[in-house]
Amino acid sequence: MSNTKNIMIVGVGGQGTLLASRIIGNLVIGEGYDVKVSEVHGMSQRGGSVVTYVKYGEKVYSPIIDLGEADIILAFEKLEAYRYLPYLKKGGKIIVNNQEIDPMPVIIGTAKYPLNIIEKIAQKADIIEVDAITKAQELGNIKVVNVILIGLLAKSTDIPYEKWTNTIKSTVPAKFLEVNLKAFDVGYNL
Amino acid sequence: MKKLLIGNAAVAQGAYEADVKVVASYPGTPSTEITETIVKYENIYVEWSPNEKVAAEVAIGASIAGARSMSCMKHVGLNVMADPIFTASYTGVNGGLVLCVADDPGMHSSQNEQDSRHYAKASKIMMFEPSDSAECKEFTKQAFALSEQFDTPVFIRLSTRISHSQGLVEICEPEKIKNYEYEKNIAKYVMMPAGARRRHIVVEDRMRKISEYTENCPFNTVEDNNTEIGVIASGTSYMYSKEALGDRVSYLKLGIAYPMPANLIKNFCAKYKKVFVIEELDPFTEEYVRTLGITNIIGKEAFSLLGEYTPSMIKSAVFGESESEHITIDEQIPMRPPVMCPGCPHRGAFYVLKKLGLVVSGDIGCYTLGAVAPLLSVDTTICMGASIGAAHGMAKARGAEFNKKLVSVIGDSTFMHSGITGLVDIVYNKGNNTVIILDNSITGMTGHQDNPTTGYTIRGEETRQVNLVKLCEAIGVDHVVVADPFDLKGFEKVVTEEINREEPSVIIAQRPCALLKKVKYTGHCKIDTEKCRKCKKCMQLGCPAISYNGKEIKIDTNQCNGCGLCINICPFDAIVKED
Repeated sequence: MSNTKNIMIVGVGGQGTLLASRIIGNLVIGEGYDVKVSEVHGMSQRGGSVVTYVKYGEKVYSPIIDLGEADIILAFEKLEAYRYLPYLKKGGKIIVNNQEIDPMPVIIGTAKYPLNIIEKIAQKADIIEVDAITKAQELGNIKVVNVILIGLLAKSTDIPYEKWTNTIKSTVPAKFLEVNLKAFDVGYNL
Repeated sequence: MKKLLIGNAAVAQGAYEADVKVVASYPGTPSTEITETIVKYENIYVEWSPNEKVAAEVAIGASIAGARSMSCMKHVGLNVMADPIFTASYTGVNGGLVLCVADDPGMHSSQNEQDSRHYAKASKIMMFEPSDSAECKEFTKQAFALSEQFDTPVFIRLSTRISHSQGLVEICEPEKIKNYEYEKNIAKYVMMPAGARRRHIVVEDRMRKISEYTENCPFNTVEDNNTEIGVIASGTSYMYSKEALGDRVSYLKLGIAYPMPANLIKNFCAKYKKVFVIEELDPFTEEYVRTLGITNIIGKEAFSLLGEYTPSMIKSAVFGESESEHITIDEQIPMRPPVMCPGCPHRGAFYVLKKLGLVVSGDIGCYTLGAVAPLLSVDTTICMGASIGAAHGMAKARGAEFNKKLVSVIGDSTFMHSGITGLVDIVYNKGNNTVIILDNSITGMTGHQDNPTTGYTIRGEETRQVNLVKLCEAIGVDHVVVADPFDLKGFEKVVTEEINREEPSVIIAQRPCALLKKVKYTGHCKIDTEKCRKCKKCMQLGCPAISYNGKEIKIDTNQCNGCGLCINICPFDAIVKED
């Protein structure tokens, strides 16, 4: 396998995983890396399980990440964290927003939402759990869940703090900048 | 300067740099963003056409008139476009003509998994196959030049992973290409039998020349790593192979998927003990290689005909090495299929259709999700526009009683695309079906594109709006009713009346997509636990915001947008609106 840093961002369609992957992608090109970011559009976006891949390094060939190949998994939702756990590399890190969104089979009673997901993941991998919704509510804007999680992810990479905040400054509209920078700090300092 | 672009945006950049003048497309995942990106450049005429056939005709016309032109579509859109394209192969071009088709291996967002390369062979049109965003840009640019050089339309074949993966692309200044002069040329552009027979000779001669060109062109490249094993691959499969096999094998990368270079392939295969042909979907390249009499190749006996490949799959097939060590999970994880969004206007319509126990002839769009539990309302989905013709056929096959339990459902954009002719058929051939046009004021599933019924162009300029009521009346439908699918009682009454009518009727279920900016639902719905008797009627709506934890029914305020449909359905007034 080629020597790349592999980040997976997983969640439920509509949670804003796409924006997170784009911010990270744009950030690492500034660092002089070759980059590939794989996105999901169309039907699977409609409340389905979504996964995006960010890969960077000297040279990136495949845009997708195989089982056991992700250095970091950033999960916007617990069940999705659990689903994609097998993609985590040995010694990798999984960051989990502990939000619970019932999938339709659970809603209609044909399946059960697994219990104690955080504990089960913790038995198998290095996990960071965060209640990003509460943190976002404390900041007064539920929409910054995204950026709180990016802050957490940032700390797990070797890219300096300022590079992250500069990228946020160049991607977020001015009137939302302050709250987004605060949100980033919340995640970064957890 | 380098920019990070998805493959689709890179194709758009390539077309811009090639000074494309006219682009006409119909949206379709995974191709949509090509056209959505091109519209951001200045001085290019760009349109959403009603369907791919019209889009191709617009592009062909623009090419004949002397402009570089392009049309973009998903794989199944190419089926719709096929008719004009097969003959455009005969007429050739004036300004360069590029047709960009995006396949969807793995069917992330499609109803079949067809391999568009067969069209290149069948229509005798050369086809590029880029393997990343950088090539998407470069190949598109070159495609315009080769289109003019060989007097042919040129295909560019993408796939979901190419279209929707971002990679680095070198951004250049656009070329300045003057439109070519328009000259009347009946022998070239009027395809009557006598002229077409002469043009067919030109086509075969052209294919010979292009085949020769592919033997020694910059798009087909050999990487000899002094190995025993060789690999022939294109597109995503090439990238997966590079990742999985590195320099342990040698490569013949085909940047032009059709026609293929016979001598280059023969020479390549002669150098290695074994040669793997690695391609997703059909053995298109493999079959050609076998016709050359080459026997040391391995193709579909080692690889699947289905879905997408991965690097580990390729490593396992070529070297028998297993995938990386990974964590396993020893319990069943519930699936998370796509669902209609909270506030989706279609939810009300399908709730009523299910309640009435109707057979629903379905179509392509967000509302295909009406087939998913708990609604389970849709009976068939074939292709764009099929709902109406199929319902007509069902009614003719099974008679009047069956027809009273039958409706077709079709979105506003899909009706414009290819539903109108189905309705004409019903009127003309004395059917009396009920057609429900689910008018959510936008092309939804592909991500909010305007269409002839919305009143706006792709640039957001106001335009004449197709009036669905007048259109259906003009076709000869005397009963056209507009109804709100969120008024569940009213909608049920309308549907019951119309299906019992002894003549054709159209119900326009009008309520805009909840994700449109102009739609402003406010607040959230909440369960009044005092009043709630847990009858779970609200859960029959299949709203992702409503769930039951074994003790009480809850509405997730993070998901609920306050559309209020559940309030309409609760028999105990136990759902209330909260600001």
